[in-house]
Amino acid sequence: MTDIITDVRVNDFAVKLANVNGTGSASANGLLMQAIFRMGIPVSGKNLFPSNIQGLPTWYEIRVNADGYTSRALDYDLMVAMNSVTYAEDIAEVRADGYVLYDSSWPLDEALLREDVNFLGVPLARMIIENFQAPRERILMKNVAYAGVVVALLGIEVDLVSGLLAETFARNEKLRESNQRALRLGYDYAIENFSCPLAFRVERLDATKDQILIDGNTAIALGCLYAGATVAAWYPITPATAVMDNFTRLCAQYRREELTPATDDAPATYQNNYLILQAEDEIAAIGMVLGASWSGARAFTSTSGPGISLMGELLGLGYYTEIPAVIIDVQRTGPSTGMPTRTQQADILACAYASHGDTRHILLFPKDPAECFEFALVAFDLAERFQTPVFVLSDLDIGMNDWVVPALTWDDDFVPDRGRVLHDEDLASVKEFFRYADPDALYVTPRTLPGSAERGAYFVRGSGHDLHGRYTESPEEYQEVVDRLKKKHGAAANYVPAPTVQRRDGATVGVITLGSCDLAVREALDLLAEAGLATDYLRVRGFPFSEEMRAFVDAHEHCFVVEQNRDAQLRSLIAVETGVATERMHPILVYGGFPLSAQQVVDGVLASVEVTS
Amino acid sequence: MTSIAKPLIPLAPLPKNDLGLTIRDYEGAMSTLCAGCGHDSVTAAISHAFWELSTPPHHIAKLSGIGCSSKTPTYFVRGAHGFNSAHGRMATIATGANAANRELTYIGISGDGDSLSIGLGHLAHAIRRNINMVYVIENNGVYGLTKGQFSPSADIGSKPKRGEPNALAPIDPILLGLSVGATFLARAFSGDKEQLIPILKAAVAHNGLALIDVISPCVTFNDHEGSTKSYRFTREHEVKEIETDYVPVRLEITAKVSADEAREVVMHDGSVVRFRAVPEGYDSGDRLGVEEYVRDRAQRGEIATGLLYVNESAPDLHELNHTPTTGLNKVPFSRLCPGSDALVDLQRDFR
Repeated sequence: MTDIITDVRVNDFAVKLANVNGTGSASANGLLMQAIFRMGIPVSGKNLFPSNIQGLPTWYEIRVNADGYTSRALDYDLMVAMNSVTYAEDIAEVRADGYVLYDSSWPLDEALLREDVNFLGVPLARMIIENFQAPRERILMKNVAYAGVVVALLGIEVDLVSGLLAETFARNEKLRESNQRALRLGYDYAIENFSCPLAFRVERLDATKDQILIDGNTAIALGCLYAGATVAAWYPITPATAVMDNFTRLCAQYRREELTPATDDAPATYQNNYLILQAEDEIAAIGMVLGASWSGARAFTSTSGPGISLMGELLGLGYYTEIPAVIIDVQRTGPSTGMPTRTQQADILACAYASHGDTRHILLFPKDPAECFEFALVAFDLAERFQTPVFVLSDLDIGMNDWVVPALTWDDDFVPDRGRVLHDEDLASVKEFFRYADPDALYVTPRTLPGSAERGAYFVRGSGHDLHGRYTESPEEYQEVVDRLKKKHGAAANYVPAPTVQRRDGATVGVITLGSCDLAVREALDLLAEAGLATDYLRVRGFPFSEEMRAFVDAHEHCFVVEQNRDAQLRSLIAVETGVATERMHPILVYGGFPLSAQQVVDGVLASVEVTS
Repeated sequence: MTSIAKPLIPLAPLPKNDLGLTIRDYEGAMSTLCAGCGHDSVTAAISHAFWELSTPPHHIAKLSGIGCSSKTPTYFVRGAHGFNSAHGRMATIATGANAANRELTYIGISGDGDSLSIGLGHLAHAIRRNINMVYVIENNGVYGLTKGQFSPSADIGSKPKRGEPNALAPIDPILLGLSVGATFLARAFSGDKEQLIPILKAAVAHNGLALIDVISPCVTFNDHEGSTKSYRFTREHEVKEIETDYVPVRLEITAKVSADEAREVVMHDGSVVRFRAVPEGYDSGDRLGVEEYVRDRAQRGEIATGLLYVNESAPDLHELNHTPTTGLNKVPFSRLCPGSDALVDLQRDFR
C-alpha cells in the first residue's frame, strides 16, 4: 500500500460501489446514503443499474458535499470494488491518491494494481462464510459487511447505522440480528486493520434538518393522491412502474374507508375511493384516462417513452375533443427500446407535438422530486382548466434515485381548479349549450359531463367538428375550432410554472436548461464564476413558453442550452416556438444515459467561450 | 360522421313509456348509411329497447370506435351523451368512463373490424374486467368505408365482391368471449327485431359486460352470392333454437308463469330472462356446453343465435375493486386529499 499523506477533507468526496445486480447490494448502498443524510450532510445517491434481474454489473455512486453540490461526480475517492468482472474499469476510475476496497478472500491480479491508488483488502467472503450458514444469507450479509467497512472508513456514526437497520428490520428479529452482526464484522475489521477514518470523511452537520430523502416516482404518486386523482390506468414500464406502485400503496392507506356493517355480526367492509386499472397496453391506458376524465374524474397514467409512442393517436383525440388528461412520462434512453434503465430527456419534442395532425400539448419539467409533487398537482389543474392532455416530464434520474429535497408542504385551503364545467343547475340557466362555443379569455369553452341533463348532452367526436360539436367538413367551420385550440394552447404560457431566472452581475453568457440538469448546471455556473465567467441562468419549467424565454436569449451574447438528448430538442422547441434563431443557442448535450455532471457543463461552456479575466 | 337532422313530425299519438316519452325521444339523427344496411335495423332495435325499458336518455352513455357501425350512435337516443372515439379504442374509453361513473348505462357500438381486428386486445380485456356495459358488434364481415376488404370475422371460403375468397380462419366473438371469462354472450340477426330487442333489454339489465354479436349484412359490399354474411345466407343458415323473453321487474310480480326455474335467469336488478325455447339439455350457464354447442353448429355451417350464455353472479369491475356505489367522480375532494397533517406524518418515512 502506498503511503500518501493527504490533508483532511470533510464532507466533500465521492464513493462508487461496484456490485453484481440482484445480490441485494442496493439496500446496503442506500443504507450508507441514508446514514449520511441522517448525519445532516447533503448527499446524493445515483443507481446506475442494468436492464437485468440478476447477474450483470451495477454501480451506485454517493456524492457528499457540505455546500449541496451533489450532482454526479466523475471521479471517485473510494471505489468499493465488489464485482471482479469490472475490476479493471472500476480501478481505473479512482482518482489519484484514492482508495480501492476489495474482497481479499481471493488475491487481486497484480496487473490491476495502480501505484497511485491505495488498496484496502478485506477478506469479506471468508468472514461471511465463517459467520453465516444459508447461501442467500451469505450473499446478502456480505453487502452489509462491506457497508460496515465503509462506515468505518468514512467516519459514519456506526450507532446511527445500527439504528437504521433496527428500524428496517423492526418486525424481523432474525434478520435484525444477522444484519447487525454483519455490520459489526465489517466495521470492526476496518477499525482494527486500517487507520479509520480516511482523510476524506463525514462530520455531522445540520444541513438536512427540514429535508427529506425521496425519489421522484414516490413524490409524483403523492402529488396525484393529493390532487384528488381517482382513476389511474397504466401499463408496467421501467422507469415509471414505481409511480403506480406507490400510488397503489398510498391509496390503500389514505383512500380506503371502513364501512359500518349492516348488522353486528356482518363482516367488516370497506370502500376504495379510487380505481387503478392495469391496462393491456399504453393505448388502453390513455383511452381509460380520457374516458374517466370525460366523466369528470381526475385521471392519470404513468409511462415512459415507448408508452408515449403508443399513446400517440389517442393523445390527439384528447387534444381535439378537449378532454383533460395527465400523463406522467418518466423518460428513459431512446430511441426504440433504447436503454430502459438509463436516463435521458429525449421525449421533449415527442410530447410537445404528440399525435398526427396539428397538435400541441402542455408540458411541465420538474427538476427534482419536490417539484414532481408540486407539478403533479399543477398538471391536474391545468388539464382541467385548459381541457387538454398535460405531460409531466420527469426522468429516470429523478424518478428512481433518492434525492435530498425540502420537506413537502400542503395548504389545507387548496381548492382544485376543475375548469369550466356546466352542471345541471348551470344548464338550467343557459339558453342553449354548444360544446365548442362561448370561449372565455383563455379560449376555453364550457363542457358538460355524461349524465348531466339532456340539454347538456352532446357528441364527443374525434372527427371534424364545428363549434356546436356537430360533424363538419367545411373548411371555415373546421378552422374556427382548430384556430381556437392554438390560441388556447398559447394562453397556457402564463399558467404553466414560470421559468426560474438567476442573474449575475456583468453576465454576457446565458445558460438555459430544464429538469434534472438543474443541480449540475447550478454547480457548473458557480465553478465558472470562480474561474471568472459570470453567467445568467434560466431554467424552463413549462411549455408553452412565456415571453421571457425569447427575451433571455436576446439579452445574451452567448447562449447555451444544456439538455440530455442528442438532437438538442429543447433548443429546437425554443427556436420553433419563439422565433429565436437556432444558431443563437449553443447546445451542450449529454445523452449517454448517466445523470449529468457539473464538469460536463463547464467543459461545454468553455469550449465556446474564452475566460478572459 | 355526416348526420342529417330527422324531422320530428307528430303523426298519430304515439304510445308513451313510464317516463312519458315516445319512441321518437329515443331516436337520433337520420342515418347516412346505405339503404337496407343491417346496422339501421340494429339502431331501431336499440331505440326500442331503451324506450321499452324507460331508461332516461341522459343516463345513457353511447360510445363507438370508427367504421360504419360506429357512426350509428348518432342515430339513436339523441338525448344521450355520446363519444365517437378512435378506431378500435371504444372499449378503453368505455372502461375509463365506467370506472369514473358507474351510475350510467353504457352502450358501445362497434364493428367486426373495430372489435375483432384493430381493437381485439381491448375487447378481450374489457370482457375480462367485466365492465358493466352493453357491447354490440355489428358484424358484416367487411370493411365498408374503405370499400369491402375482408374483416377477421369473414368465414373461410366466403367470397368478396371482387377478388379471391377468404382463406383465413374467422374470429368468433362468442367463442372468444367464452375463453376469456365473458358473463353474457348473445348472437342475433339484424333482420330479426323480435329476437334482438329482448336480448338488448337483458343486456342492459346484466351486471357486467354483455356482448351481442349481431350479424348485420352489408348491402353494398357483402350481400352477394357466395358471401356468408349476406341476408340470404344468414336467413337460410340461422338456427334459432334458443329464444328468450325479457321480463322487467315490475311485471315479474304478476306475470310469474313459468314453473321451470332452470329456464330462468334472475338479473342483478331483479328482472328475469326467461328462456322460451332451448334445445334439449342446453344450459345457458354451462360454459363448456355452450362452447360445444356453438362449435357444433358452426361446423355444420349454421349460425346459432339467441342469448347463448349468462353468468349473473360474477362481480363487475367495481365490485372487484370495492369502489363506492355512487360514481367515483362524485366523491368530494375533501375525502380524497389526506391533508397537511397526514403529509407531515407520512414524510417521517422519508428521513
